[in-house]
Amino acid sequence: MSTDIKTKQKLTESIVVSNREIAPGVFVLKIKRNLDFKSGQYIGITTDMDVAPRLYTIASGTDDHTIQVLYNVKDDGWLTPRLSEHKDGSTIFMTPPEGDFIDDESPSWWIASGTGIAPFASMFRSGLIADKKLIHGGRFTHSFFFEKEFRPVLKGNYIRCCSQEEGEGLYNGRLTRYLQDIEIFPEDCRYFLCGSPEMVVEVRDLLIDKGVPFNKIVAEIYF
Amino acid sequence: MAKEILLGKTLEELTQVVLDLKLPKFTAKQIADWLYKKDITSIDEMLNLSLKARTILKDNFDIGLTATIKEQCSVDGTKKYLYPTNMPNQFIETAYIPDDDRATLCVSSQVGCKMGCLFCMTGKQGFQGQLKAGDIINQVRSLPEWHQLTNIVYMGMGEPLDNVPEVMKSLEILTADYAMAMSPRRITVSTIGIIPGMKTFLNESECHLAVSLHTPFDDERKKLMPVQNVYPVKDVLKMIREFDFGRQRRVSFEYIMFKGINDTPAHVKELCKILDGIKCRMNLIRFHPIPNSPLLGSDEETIEEFKDLLNKKGITTTIRRSRGLDIFAACGLLSTKELVKQQSKDY
Repeated sequence: MSTDIKTKQKLTESIVVSNREIAPGVFVLKIKRNLDFKSGQYIGITTDMDVAPRLYTIASGTDDHTIQVLYNVKDDGWLTPRLSEHKDGSTIFMTPPEGDFIDDESPSWWIASGTGIAPFASMFRSGLIADKKLIHGGRFTHSFFFEKEFRPVLKGNYIRCCSQEEGEGLYNGRLTRYLQDIEIFPEDCRYFLCGSPEMVVEVRDLLIDKGVPFNKIVAEIYF
Repeated sequence: MAKEILLGKTLEELTQVVLDLKLPKFTAKQIADWLYKKDITSIDEMLNLSLKARTILKDNFDIGLTATIKEQCSVDGTKKYLYPTNMPNQFIETAYIPDDDRATLCVSSQVGCKMGCLFCMTGKQGFQGQLKAGDIINQVRSLPEWHQLTNIVYMGMGEPLDNVPEVMKSLEILTADYAMAMSPRRITVSTIGIIPGMKTFLNESECHLAVSLHTPFDDERKKLMPVQNVYPVKDVLKMIREFDFGRQRRVSFEYIMFKGINDTPAHVKELCKILDGIKCRMNLIRFHPIPNSPLLGSDEETIEEFKDLLNKKGITTTIRRSRGLDIFAACGLLSTKELVKQQSKDY
């Protein structure tokens, strides 16, 4: 029993394998892998032991050699402007994987906005492909991260909803409009949502309104 | 350019302000006294500061007090106030709840909320921004009834422990002798279980903690509260179990009763199991359905039985009185949606 809970989380040093900008202001950070994780889990990352880590969902597959995370650079943030400057071979600090946003092989729809695609990228890269439908919402044609991996495999079960630009194979409009136009949602299916709180709340309300039981909806939010 | 705001600054910060302005160090304590103990509304009224000090202060700072812009009164005496914030066109609601021997203020800590709980109206408006400590203190200091206040609960809009630096500063101002000097035992901070924030709060404050539990089952909680995927309640309880709350400090659990969802004897049994070893109280809360919600409130008989069962098992349990129903004042029903500018969507 203690009256002083340790505020420092367990941090381990990790080596940056690569840190590439894949779209304006969006980076994929690859870190040397030194631990196991489950698809859908997150890690905390910081560049300074004295600064509390921020949480990022792992985007890599469970058998990959690196741990990958996807992040937006927030100009007014503390961490991401610094993180984006990190070169290959540099050191960052991370917490052990945690979290319970876990899918299995049963049928499910994955609904994401922006960098909320990360957990689904991890699930996909870990072999969850059959009976999965991925719907990704973004503003621009460059917002569909990892699309080159998803398209040939998921084919018609991969829908990109682009709200501000038109492009080949894209659904032109918000993902909420795409979902709104669907009349019947499968019953024997779970619906995983990941993205901004606004998207999660709006899509959850929409699904419930369309008759999806709330206990079939699993949501993860950014905060 | 807008001037910096004095309200919400701690004594340490005020000391830095006066030193930067080349004023005597003791002026900081005088300013704190005026800001947090007296009923002034302008720097001109800080009469024990020299004229020169007031002029220099006015040239650089605003006091930061902002009056309510809307008020609603319930038949039961509860009042709901709408306050502007540090952000343009962003508003927050504050509920004043008078009772026989106490008067409680339910303050907001964020504009909107990121947590997306299924049963919460605030979550439906999304997240607009973090309140500054000054915004939080203003809800107290600009309250018409602030001298009558006996208790403060951080149970309004937002998740307090997702805004730790400003919430902690506001708690210092509420409890420090140099400022409002309230007993920390009169203040409760409610969280859905943001573990890093809880660590800071427990270590650096003496205020009571309330945790929104709502079900003891992990899978069920995931569906009600997305935070369960990030900070599972078992980890939250482990941390609480390891912390010494002492004799006076209290931890309580909030439990909204949803019909057919979390109100069965199996829930009582599991609650007893997961709360074993934690000295706590349980507050059962009636659910008043919000628009488009798939959830319904449990009936009175079920709530009474649930309470009795928990009490028999040794968990001190009470049913919270619903207040301000006619003005939608209850936690989670605070909505300023029509007044809040939505963030641009990324989907």
